This record gives sequence, structure tokens and C-alpha cells, in this order.
Amino acid sequence: MPETDALERPTTRDEAWRYADSAWLAQAPVDWLNHWGTVDVPPGETKHFNAFHSAGPQASGGSVHRTRVHVGAGGRYEHFEINASHIEYSRIELEVTLEEGAHFEFGAVTIGRANARQEFVTRVIHQAPGATSNQVVRAVQGGQSTGNYLGRIEVARDAQKTDAAQNFRAILLDRGASANAKPELEIFADDVKCAHGAAIGQLDQAAAYYMAARGIPPEAARKLLVQAFIADALAAIDDRRIADRMLERALEQLDALTL
Amino acid sequence: MLKIENLHAEIDGKKILNGLTLEVAAGEIHAIMGPNGAGKSTLSYVLGGRPGYEVTAGSVEFMGQNLLELEPHERAAAGLFLGFQYPVEIPGVSNVQFLREALNAQRKARGEEPLSGGEFLKLAKAKAGLLKLDMDMLKRHVNVGFSGGEKKRAEMVQMGILDPAFAVLDETDSGLDIDALRIVGEGINTIMRDPAKGVLLITHYQRLLDVVRPDKVSILSQGRIVQTGGPDLALRLEEEGYDAVMADA
Repeated sequence: MPETDALERPTTRDEAWRYADSAWLAQAPVDWLNHWGTVDVPPGETKHFNAFHSAGPQASGGSVHRTRVHVGAGGRYEHFEINASHIEYSRIELEVTLEEGAHFEFGAVTIGRANARQEFVTRVIHQAPGATSNQVVRAVQGGQSTGNYLGRIEVARDAQKTDAAQNFRAILLDRGASANAKPELEIFADDVKCAHGAAIGQLDQAAAYYMAARGIPPEAARKLLVQAFIADALAAIDDRRIADRMLERALEQLDALTL
Repeated sequence: MLKIENLHAEIDGKKILNGLTLEVAAGEIHAIMGPNGAGKSTLSYVLGGRPGYEVTAGSVEFMGQNLLELEPHERAAAGLFLGFQYPVEIPGVSNVQFLREALNAQRKARGEEPLSGGEFLKLAKAKAGLLKLDMDMLKRHVNVGFSGGEKKRAEMVQMGILDPAFAVLDETDSGLDIDALRIVGEGINTIMRDPAKGVLLITHYQRLLDVVRPDKVSILSQGRIVQTGGPDLALRLEEEGYDAVMADA
């Protein structure tokens, strides 16, 4: 029997897929939906991943990228990804298992327009003591687009001294835009630090007026504010040239949102 | 320079300014004093074009232009500077970036060439030095983590860099200790004491006026200017209080 027959097709009734595009899920190839890439970070080593998805010419279809990451003791995995694709549905999912003293750094941004539905999904498993994780996700949604972040943190029974932080913020530029946040913590150890926060709102009007009062026209003020907002998610990139390049490309995509 | 006539303004349907008339000539520093709730901050926001403040009657002429027709950023480019009572924090945007963007936007609106990064930094350094503000602070994000006094000093550095023709300063002295007050007051003198410039200085206290000597002092009460006099009027207010001075008028 081919392996694909055993694969289950996710639906929006599954918690982890609740904000997905149900029509696309129903017809997408099931082996695609269940395909996982893998990354292995050996003990004590560091791996980086940086990716940028720009808006392609086509605006239909969907894509799902799922990756399992294993970070060995004392290792470090740093993942930064910007999704400005405006295909109907795009999902980027990471499942990260941390061994003793390992660290996971995650910065992600969605920039949405038209009917794009974009989501980042993370599941971080603190399996052993002393591991740390820091996740910063920012969503800038225009048009009728939706930006989602589903972030699950699991702390195993003996994963004492875990320090896990997760922060999601979304800015809705247009009336029809939306965002969903689904933070989940499952903690079985008692000596842990877990912080999470989520906020969805508009651009800061007080800051926009302050800029205007100093002579900055509204379009330029909005751009500066959005740039600052996105930069949060890239702040932990050590190589500033990479961070600047990603920010620059993000701003090009934002121009297309007719900010 | 600034000619306000019979100005009526409200916020959320609540009338705050009720026929305010005031004129500030070039070369003049005009202090506005008044009890809480008199409309002092509303006056500054109406002049700055803050959204939410509705002008229902009257006119404001600024250097020959109808000020009320201009958007907030156009007012700045026309030479009006509004000093905030509560300067706004902007995380993620450095002072240097913010001010260079602001200055070059103003220069562009006036048909002038933008300043290069180097030219701007030189200017910023000079103005920060004038107000004893560390250049490192200008590299930090706009007002983020600044103390009350640092925010006000940063406002004055902004004023120095933007070099406006006219400044409306709303309680620039609030939150300042004695030393900071002197630095800010002297900053106002250095930047704005000029035959071609004007200042509307909104304040609660005499102490700032000991450093920045106003040419005229007006009392604002219930949305109107009820009395105008020389610097001695501020001294009398300090000694006798608003009720006594206004009762005499």
C-alpha cells in the first residue's frame, strides 16, 4: 500500500489548522500537506536560516512549508522569515525540539494584501533543562488579507529552567484586513519562565501626528512606523547587513500595499 | 506673524475656545498663562492641526497664509513648530532618522535641496551640544526611555535642527528640574530670540519666564484672552493668583 494512503488530510476542524483556507485544503495533494523537511543542529553548533517570499505574479493557489528542527544540547537555531507572498493561502510551520541548554531564535513577518491568508505556526518543545526560545512575529495586513500566528510552547516535566518568550503583534492597514493569534502553553515543569503576548491594532495615531507636526507627510510617516514595527522581528539578526537587506525588501513589498 | 481672530474650537462637541483673539508680531515672545482647563493646550493643538479639534468659527493667519487650511505637515513646512507637553515615544525609529526625514521633508516642501547624512549629523551635533544633550541620545529611538526632562530637551534639539520661524511651546517647562529648566530656557533664547521669529510660550509658572523674558504676557481663561500686559503681569499672577488679577481687570 503506498504510504500516502495512510496520510490524513487536515481540515479546519483541527485546532492547528483552524485559520487555514478550507477550500484549498480540501483539494491540495495530501502528501504535500504532510511533507516535513528536517533540520538537525548538532550539539554545540549554530545554524541559521533566512528566507524571503515576495509577491509573485500569480495570486491563486496555496503553499505549505513544514519543517522539523532538532537542536542538540547547547546548540542554536536561528530562523528569520518574511512572507510577502499574496497567494491565497500560505503556511509556514516549524516544530522545534530543544535539548539541554539549546536555543531557538525566531523572527517572522507577514505582509499581506488582496485576499492572501498567511500563517506562521510554531511548536517549540523544551524537552530538556535549561533550553531557551525567543519568538517575535509581526503581521502587516492590507486589503482583505489575514495574518495568523499559532504558537505552541511545550515544556516537558524535567525541562527545568526553561526560558521561553513569544510575542505577536499585528497592524491592520485597511478595514477588511484581519489577524488571528493563538498562543498555547503546555507546561509540565515547575521552575520555568514563559512569556507570551499578542496585540492587534492600527498604526499608532499619536506617533503619526507627532511626525506630521515635525513636517513628515502622512505617507512617509506611515512608512516609517511600519518599518519600525517590522524591524522588531529582525532585531535579533546578528549580521546587520542581512537584517538591513531583509528590511529593505520588506519595504519594497510594503510600497506595493500603497501605504 | 500670527494673527488669531475670534477663534472658536471644540473637541467631542465640547466648546473649549470661545472667541480667542491674539496677535504675535515678529521678534516677539508672547507668554500665555492661565488656570487649568482654560484652553491653553487646546490652543496649541488647534494651531498644530491635531485631528479631533474642530474649529467652528474664527480665523488664524500665519505669515500671510490661512493656517487652518493647511495639513499638519504643511504647517510645519510653513515654519510652525509645536512643542509638545507630552512628547510622543516612537519605538523603532531613531531620533536621527526621524529628524533627518522631517528636515528634508520640510526642505523639499520649500523647494530646497535635502541635506546629506553627513551634513545632517554635523547640524544635529551642534544643536544637541547647545542643549547639553548627548549625541548618543539622538541615536536612540524617539523619546523611548527618556526621562521627562530629557524629552523636553530633545524637543528643543528638534526645534534647533528644524529652525522654525515660529514656535508654539506648550508647557515646555513641565517635568523639568531647575538645571534642565535653565538649559531649555536658554535654548529657547538662542534658537528663537530673533527679530524675524516669534514664540507663543504656554506656561503655568513664572520660573521659565525668569529665563525666557517675554515681551508680552496674556491671560487665557475660559477659552478667551482676558488680559494682556508686559512681563510684570506674570509676576503679579505669581504673587496674587489668577482670581485676584483677573478680578482687577
